[in-house]
Amino acid sequence: MTISRRSLLGSAAAAGFGATLPMALPLRRARAAAKPVIKIGVLNDMSGPYQNTGGQTSVICTRQAVEEFNAQGFDVQVISADHQNKPDLAVSITRQWFDRDGVDLLLDVPTSSVALAVQPVVKEKNKVYINSGAASAELTGTACSPNFIHWTYDTYMLARSTGGAMVEAGGDTWYFLTADYAFGKQLQSDTTALIKKAHGKVLGSSPYPFPGTTDFSSFLVQAQSSGAKVLGLANAGNDTVNSIKQAQEFGVTKSMKLAALLMFITDVHALGLKTAQGLNLTESYYWDLNDRTRAFTKRVLPKTPKNMPNMDHAGCYSGALHYLKTVQAMGAAAAKADGRATIARMKAMEVDDDCFGKTTIREDGRHLTPAYLFQVKTPAESKGPWDYYKLVKSTPPDQAYRPLADGHCPFVKA
Amino acid sequence: MFMILGVPGPLLFGQVLLGLINGAFYAMLSLGLAVIFGMLNIINFAHGSFFMMGAFVSWMLLNYLGIGYFPSLILAPIIVGAIGILLEKTLISRLYKLDHLYGLLLTFGMSLVVNGLFRNYYGSSGMPYDIPGVLNGAQNLGFMYMPIYRGWVVVAALVVCLATWIAIEKTSLGARLRAATENAPMVQAFGVNVPRLVTLTFGGGVALAAFAGVLAAPIYSVNPNMGDNFINTVFAVVVIGGMGSIIGSVITGFGLGVIEGLTKVFYPQASATVVFLVMVIVLLARPRGLFGRMV
Repeated sequence: MTISRRSLLGSAAAAGFGATLPMALPLRRARAAAKPVIKIGVLNDMSGPYQNTGGQTSVICTRQAVEEFNAQGFDVQVISADHQNKPDLAVSITRQWFDRDGVDLLLDVPTSSVALAVQPVVKEKNKVYINSGAASAELTGTACSPNFIHWTYDTYMLARSTGGAMVEAGGDTWYFLTADYAFGKQLQSDTTALIKKAHGKVLGSSPYPFPGTTDFSSFLVQAQSSGAKVLGLANAGNDTVNSIKQAQEFGVTKSMKLAALLMFITDVHALGLKTAQGLNLTESYYWDLNDRTRAFTKRVLPKTPKNMPNMDHAGCYSGALHYLKTVQAMGAAAAKADGRATIARMKAMEVDDDCFGKTTIREDGRHLTPAYLFQVKTPAESKGPWDYYKLVKSTPPDQAYRPLADGHCPFVKA
Repeated sequence: MFMILGVPGPLLFGQVLLGLINGAFYAMLSLGLAVIFGMLNIINFAHGSFFMMGAFVSWMLLNYLGIGYFPSLILAPIIVGAIGILLEKTLISRLYKLDHLYGLLLTFGMSLVVNGLFRNYYGSSGMPYDIPGVLNGAQNLGFMYMPIYRGWVVVAALVVCLATWIAIEKTSLGARLRAATENAPMVQAFGVNVPRLVTLTFGGGVALAAFAGVLAAPIYSVNPNMGDNFINTVFAVVVIGGMGSIIGSVITGFGLGVIEGLTKVFYPQASATVVFLVMVIVLLARPRGLFGRMV
């Protein structure tokens, strides 16, 4: 709820408490025996524009990993909280989780501004931080940390995959509609770098306030009058859904091509195929990719029937599972004591799960996934609910992400 | 192409027009708030939820009963208005004698509960609601591409605002209502059922929000939080226009829509805050609001 924050009479602030209290959702009751307890805290947007791309489904997928792993020798608890896309709130929840609640793994944390804000806290407390939801490639660049793994995707990978495809198809002049915070800016600058490399031009951009903007018509009309060939949407979640809908309404799609630089299957669902058909987008996971992803979906879907897991959710499952395997391998007590050592061990072990297959984690904390460029199906092509994507191109893990040397992560020795 | 302050003229016209469209929503929502505050002295923080319910009811009518957009424009406000009346009767009416703060807290709590319920049953992704066939398409105005539906929203909003103003300022029912606000016991003594009048007023204000919700459904996706995005701005509109002033809230609603639209051209980063900046200036210079009566 954002009401309390800006309430005109100031007095409603007191009522906002409820929304910020972290909910404790113990997976199993702690047994009387003194088994070590590994605590996973899923921190994301449960009520704002990203509640669908992350939200409860991330918690459900994390619990799925815990259930399937079925830890021997230690107990696992999953708790969650709503950071409301506020970096200050997220920092205080994180501190509380580490200091009071004994959380060992901080998971998901979408919204790049928030993701960057909690990074130093995890490092200071020497815990483990796996980010699935946030996009900024800074997290493994200058803001990298030895306590951190970026799991699912990042701005560089999106710019390269979706942006690259647009440029290749002749889209050499761009106008950006950008969510005005760390994520949007980073996505715009990563894409701009790519456009310039291909001798294209950026003709303008509209950085709009985030969160809270639902009407994009003004920006769309400005984009249209810029004469650019491509409208780059450097935004996410409900913002992307609204801007695509409104772009169609205002006839922008007649003169410009849309590049939804970050879009999840949940967004396609909200738009409907009629509106979304033909769009190019990039995810590192899709439920109907292969037998293993279908098997995962079959297991988890009954628990989250309204929201099909997207790559962010799959990343929470995969990250939590790999973490638990590592904890098992090094012993719960050792893992609890030293987050940095746990991360180092995670990087040394091969990752293997149903969502991303066999993958590796790079020195700077970048989990290397393949990048899949999809095209949204037409209503006629779709055979059933959530049958939305056609695979256009897949970029192998070693090429999908920014080269290690270009990130300038301080603790990685060149 | 001629330029105004470094911006092409046609682009500026487009923005003014778009500002008016957003202003139409601000006007309709703040109108309902102003009526409820002016007549009942309740700061209705649940107004955004009623707006959302209006959109949801029209979605339900379409998907469960096959009732289309135009009947929804009438039916949804009636249904949501009835829910409003029920809540007024059972909860809000108990607070009339207490400080404003209690009404504010109650309605704020109500909105949390209502939004939470909808989120629980319908998820948060938002449901698509198509623009009705006759209002589909767009008109090329030369300086911009104008979706017919948005034009319709402005017209519908103006008609509803005018009708509300006439009902309150020019009819005998409106006269009784205004009298009851001034001196309820006296009006009651003349044989007017004041509590019923108050209940109906609340229902009417809620119905206005629901009407705006139906209009908004095809533009924004129907989702449980759609009201939250508006409610802050709308409260600012009411404060700027003058608490309880009907004509003030309508003019301010449209005016602020235009100011916001122009901000989006010159400095988009500030477009969410400009309304509050205006509010601060108005409160400093003229605390009773632009159209408010002296208290």
